[in-house]
Amino acid sequence: MASTDIEAKVVVDARGLLCPMPVVKTAKAMKELQTGEVLKLISTDRGSVADIPAWAESTNNELIEWHEEAGDFVFHLRKGQGG
Amino acid sequence: MYTSPRAKLVNVSTIGNPVLDEEAVRRIVRSEIEHADAKDPGTASAALIASKGTLDWAYPPLILATTAASLGMEASIFFTFYGLNIVHKDYDRLLKVSPLGNPAMPMPVPMPNLVLGLPGMGPIATKMMQSKFRRKNVTTIRELLDLARDLDVGLIACQMTMDAFGYKADDFIQGVRFGGAAAFLAKARKAHLTLFI
Repeated sequence: MASTDIEAKVVVDARGLLCPMPVVKTAKAMKELQTGEVLKLISTDRGSVADIPAWAESTNNELIEWHEEAGDFVFHLRKGQGG
Repeated sequence: MYTSPRAKLVNVSTIGNPVLDEEAVRRIVRSEIEHADAKDPGTASAALIASKGTLDWAYPPLILATTAASLGMEASIFFTFYGLNIVHKDYDRLLKVSPLGNPAMPMPVPMPNLVLGLPGMGPIATKMMQSKFRRKNVTTIRELLDLARDLDVGLIACQMTMDAFGYKADDFIQGVRFGGAAAFLAKARKAHLTLFI
């Protein structure tokens, strides 16, 4: 699925932030969403590439896709049951 | 073909459907994890000890605890001995780095320990690290402490060390609770994740 086709309910802009902020901000924002809704995260922290998939797996949220876009790392995450 | 013993519970029928699709596999895995977690709440708990009172060593416990909370875990940090510096109201002044006896510390030019021991070298090293962190936009200790409290990370100061060092409850930031070894162990025995930092 092309990332432009995914409609995000909320966008978390974590550009310029380092560990642990991208994960912490994502977790906080995800709390406000309903199951099935999508969060878009934009990060410049290279650690996010490992951390966000690990966070998603560990919290029962789904990483739909991620890609690099002009130096930013863009993630689309769908809130899972109890995630 | 392997069928999960809980496959029925999660409503996956393999009869007439010999190939499980991705969604079915995900459902089974999720159910297995939930089942394991429910049986073993220790997987959702982290109990850390922070025993060091330098700027560099203040980071690992705070980063790990706030991240654990973001992973949905119940996290707590027990601050003991020099670790008390981290939750002292005066943490900004107390948390320093020392280049002395720390050959791993990056220096602009190599310096022998004899030079590093001169008066003023500690403050210079601390300033250097602070400005490096600022330049790289590293999260500050203040932000991490605010986050920890916001995320309900348990912050427990060791009463025995407080008494030994002459600290009062009032010397610590808001939200810190006080306790001893039993307070830590009561949490640690229920947590798979325990670290002494």
